[in-house]
Amino acid sequence: MIQKSNLRLKILIVCWLPLLFLLVDAVFDNLGSNPIRALHIRLGDWALRFLCITLAITPIQAVTNWRGMSEYRRMFGLFTFVYASLHMLGYLIVDQVLHWKIIGVDILESSYIWFGIISYFIIFVLAITTPNWSKKVMGKNWKKLHRFIYLAAIAAVTHYFWQLKGNLAEPFLYSIIVFILLGFRVLISFKTRHMSKLMIPKGRKTSKLSD
Amino acid sequence: MINKIPNSEITDSKAFKDRRRIIKAILAATGSSIVPAFAASDNARWQNLPKSNLSTGIMTTPSEIVENYTNYYEFSFNKKEATKLAQSLPIDPWSLQISGEVEKPGTFILEDILRQQTLEERIYRFRCVEAWSMVIPWVGFSLGDLLKKVNPLSTAKFIKFTSIYQPEIMANQNTNTVLEWPYTEGLRIDEAMHPLTLLAVGMYGETLPKQNGAPLRLIVPWKYGFKNIKAIVKIELLKKPPTTSWNTFARNEYGFYANVNPLVKHPRWSQNSERLLGSEFFTPRRKTELFNGYGEQVAALYKDMDLRHFF
Ligand code: HEM
Repeated sequence: MIQKSNLRLKILIVCWLPLLFLLVDAVFDNLGSNPIRALHIRLGDWALRFLCITLAITPIQAVTNWRGMSEYRRMFGLFTFVYASLHMLGYLIVDQVLHWKIIGVDILESSYIWFGIISYFIIFVLAITTPNWSKKVMGKNWKKLHRFIYLAAIAAVTHYFWQLKGNLAEPFLYSIIVFILLGFRVLISFKTRHMSKLMIPKGRKTSKLSD
Repeated sequence: MINKIPNSEITDSKAFKDRRRIIKAILAATGSSIVPAFAASDNARWQNLPKSNLSTGIMTTPSEIVENYTNYYEFSFNKKEATKLAQSLPIDPWSLQISGEVEKPGTFILEDILRQQTLEERIYRFRCVEAWSMVIPWVGFSLGDLLKKVNPLSTAKFIKFTSIYQPEIMANQNTNTVLEWPYTEGLRIDEAMHPLTLLAVGMYGETLPKQNGAPLRLIVPWKYGFKNIKAIVKIELLKKPPTTSWNTFARNEYGFYANVNPLVKHPRWSQNSERLLGSEFFTPRRKTELFNGYGEQVAALYKDMDLRHFF
């Protein structure tokens, strides 16, 4: 038990590090010629990375049969929310300084931002329905709702693609990752639906019966 | 003097440098260091040039920002990386070929051209399609003055510019990535002859840094940055409009004219406002102006044209 909470704390600290490094770079004027854009890029990248990590937990669990990870999935999901929120607030406050007229025109005319908003909206809804009681209240619908995380990932990658001029390598990498994770998920659900009778569950499931 | 923006929008150069110096001192004391990607060269050739009355009377962007934030896709899509890689481009000696609809075509050594032209300093706004902008003191001469020396024929209606092609050095030319290389750009003859249109060989009183287009680049301040082709080796005067790189790559996104216009959005993002580089966090964006603020001088060139169609 002690070891487990220790790991939890370590992961928690590591998840805050990108923000810490960003703040250090901002204070030391180390964000380059366009610090505001660098801010968007850093926070946006980390929001997307945490989103991918969150999505990766279930497949990793399936492959390794290690059941202990699902509680970290929630944590990574919440960090996705933290970085996505900072990214959005950075745009509204640090960049646009809440000048709503300019923001309005910018958003209306920038279709790449629409995808960001779709993604953020989903992440937001999933974050506020994270607590256990909400899971209980929603019952089966909770799982259905939280599958929208895949849509959030697709929208985020589209948001990334849609703002570039021709250098598509990086968002391409993310879309491959999302595609693999989504494909894996589809495969698993297919497997559990159609072959559960044939499969004999094995692996180290004993450690966590409460799952 | 053309329109002004409040000076407070840009951290002035000195405050900027002071801040850097303090930070560097702290870092030095703690044993770490930040090395700027490129320190300004010592080549202060043109410190006391006549200041052109075509200059925009506003504070210039700190040179470090301009030197470290420039698109040079031949080298890399990453601005910092491109700055580093551009240093390997050989630029001396440099010759410029002028051909097509002219009486006196030829290939000219850049140094000879410079001896014939009067260099001036011109402070211009620079607006990129990526919705950022700068204010840069260029050193250069009017393109029109150069063209007059080769006597354009009356059949010359357009100008085509071609950048250097060096696939051994420019990685993305070697792999044929994104654009068709070499980079090409074009102007209508009246745009080319306009007094604001500049061929730049320097900035901030010094030789043009390689990443900023050395040794010779075009500056058309009322157009988006990508029109301002770098490292020019060839100028052709043509009867017909030339094909140009970005326009060929994505016709619906990058027009031939590419005049700065807040009302004509890029298909995927707004051009209504811009981030003026050098401004601090919590500084609002600047409203983009039609023709980048040079409407008084250039609007007549387009007076019967639908700017939404000819974007
Ligand atoms: C309200 C929602 C959002 C807004 C207003 C927004 C706005 C922006 C802006 C202004 C940029 C910088 C564009 C540029 O100048 O190059 C950007 C980039 C980016 N955003 Fe968002 N965004 C939103 C939501 C999201 C979400 C939810 C994610 C991820 C989960 C995300 C991921 C990214 C990424 C990956 C980049 C590009 C980073 C890079 O270039 O490496 N954004 N966003």
